[in-house]
Amino acid sequence: MALPVLPTINNARLGARLGARLLALTLMASTSTDALAQDERELLNSSYDIARELFAEINPEFAIWWQQEHDEEITISQSHGGSSAQARAILQGMRADVVTFNQVTDVQVLADAGLVAEDWQEALANNASPYYSTTAFLVREGNPEGIESWADLARDDIEIVFPNPKTSGNGRYTYLAAWGFAEDQFDGDEQKVRDFMRDFLSNVVVFDTGGRGATTSFIERGMGDVLISFESEVNNIRGEYGSDDYEVVVPPVSILAEFPVAVVGPNAERNGNADLAQSYLEFLYTEDTQRLLAGFNYRVHHPDVIAEFADRFPETELLQVEEVFGSWDNAMETHFGSGGLLDQLQRR
Amino acid sequence: MSLARFGALSFKTEKRVLPGFGLSMGISVLFISLVLLLPMTGLFGQLAGLSLAEYWAIISEGRVVASYMVTIGAAAVAALVNAVFGLLLAWVLVRYEFPGKRLLDALMDLPFALPTAVAGITLATLYASNGWMGRWLEPLGFPVAYTWVGIALAMAFTSIPFVVRTVQPVLEDMPAEVDEAAITLGARDGVAFRRVILPHLWPALVTGTGLAFVRSLGEFGAIIFIAGNTPYETEITALMIFVKLQEYDYAGASAIASVVLFVSLALLLAINIWQGRFIRRLHGGKG
Repeated sequence: MALPVLPTINNARLGARLGARLLALTLMASTSTDALAQDERELLNSSYDIARELFAEINPEFAIWWQQEHDEEITISQSHGGSSAQARAILQGMRADVVTFNQVTDVQVLADAGLVAEDWQEALANNASPYYSTTAFLVREGNPEGIESWADLARDDIEIVFPNPKTSGNGRYTYLAAWGFAEDQFDGDEQKVRDFMRDFLSNVVVFDTGGRGATTSFIERGMGDVLISFESEVNNIRGEYGSDDYEVVVPPVSILAEFPVAVVGPNAERNGNADLAQSYLEFLYTEDTQRLLAGFNYRVHHPDVIAEFADRFPETELLQVEEVFGSWDNAMETHFGSGGLLDQLQRR
Repeated sequence: MSLARFGALSFKTEKRVLPGFGLSMGISVLFISLVLLLPMTGLFGQLAGLSLAEYWAIISEGRVVASYMVTIGAAAVAALVNAVFGLLLAWVLVRYEFPGKRLLDALMDLPFALPTAVAGITLATLYASNGWMGRWLEPLGFPVAYTWVGIALAMAFTSIPFVVRTVQPVLEDMPAEVDEAAITLGARDGVAFRRVILPHLWPALVTGTGLAFVRSLGEFGAIIFIAGNTPYETEITALMIFVKLQEYDYAGASAIASVVLFVSLALLLAINIWQGRFIRRLHGGKG
């Protein structure tokens, strides 16, 4: 859901552990402090909204692996919310050890505040993005409107659903993908690009605040001819709501959506989790985890896994934000800032 | 504490139920400071970074102004609808006995207790073009979900208890003999209602409607799911604040929030002053 709700912390063991702590406190007088020394370490992963199911599967795997390697029992807690809201929470003192976000800019905000290493994108392979995706279309059975590419989405007879680029990273990728396509199509003729974008944006029938909200509008409320979201998300939706009723269309040109991860240095140090945090993120690159990620319809980097899932991910030209728009900072400022291009395109 | 001493001095001789004016006043002031004034100071602290020109540019931007119009218009409609039906509901709950009355009475608080997001999703489900209500209304050319009407509907839902719960106690204090007397003295039903009953309920009704209006100005959760959020058409002010926050623009968010705050405060203050005058006039004072 796309509400600016407080991030939720999933930890079934928290209650039990609180109880245990209280018990330990009351027993403190009689026992030594050994009880506290044995207290197991807890790693907090702050993540984006729709990654709940994903990390619910990865975390136990990591805990088992860590146990085997280091003979230490650990707990991994999750906190999920909109990626920007999560970044704000960490800026305001939430003690997450690692972040696994769906927007480069939200990690960058933490880097700018000194909470994440400046060179975080070099700290891990593939721009510190263990998996990636792109934006794709979900259309209704038989693709009645014949939607194959971004060009079709600017047609007068098309109704589009995708989340508001102002409030959703998912929506921003969609906007940037459309823009990148148009720039390609019209050889950088800015006026034509703008006209295309204006037509495209005016076809949007609902601007939900987040990706899941847009999904609800498209599926449950029957709004629009096409839903635009991450490829992983549209595939998951199709899996969940029936492959007979919907079809996934991956356009020939789309955008590279990275899912950046980073250690929140000062927090991990303070929590005594620096080694754990680093291993946790590296674990995301291992073959088994990459296979698990591919199972959730994310594109991955491990060559064996890529070969294994080749039929699931059609080849498509992926534009890079840095190449088309200079940098994320630049894209954010010129397109999504107050009075930026998005505002101008939507102005009446 | 000086406050405590002040209390002890002024009210030494009086006996009161609560232990000591000083202590209870001190706790009240502390509580209000922590819960109300401190967050508001924070809000104004964020504003301090803005020059007057910047502040004006933010709050007078076209899309934001459009959102004021949408929000205020829908809130006004919702408040008026609630004034009429809230009064009716309160009347029914106080003056009649019927099976299920207690249940209805309890249901009245549901909008307070229900998470507003749940209300928003439920309403959107009902009124979408494939929903139970929407599938009948839409063919008649009256779409509700994702339009301005949907916003007013969500506002009306979340704010109806304000009217009912403010009018109800006043009505309970007014014996049925009052309207009976008016009728035996020759007033027709309409006249009795207009000249005898309504003046008594008027202050409570206006307060309740005002509260409902102010509540609607700030509502976010319920509306966001049914609004459609189309720029210039169905974007509410609370969404504009949310958007600014999403851009890490705390000052901009605070600026727009302060507009909502000022409007709400001004309205509440106006109602309070008016109410004081009205009651004095009602009791024959020189208002």
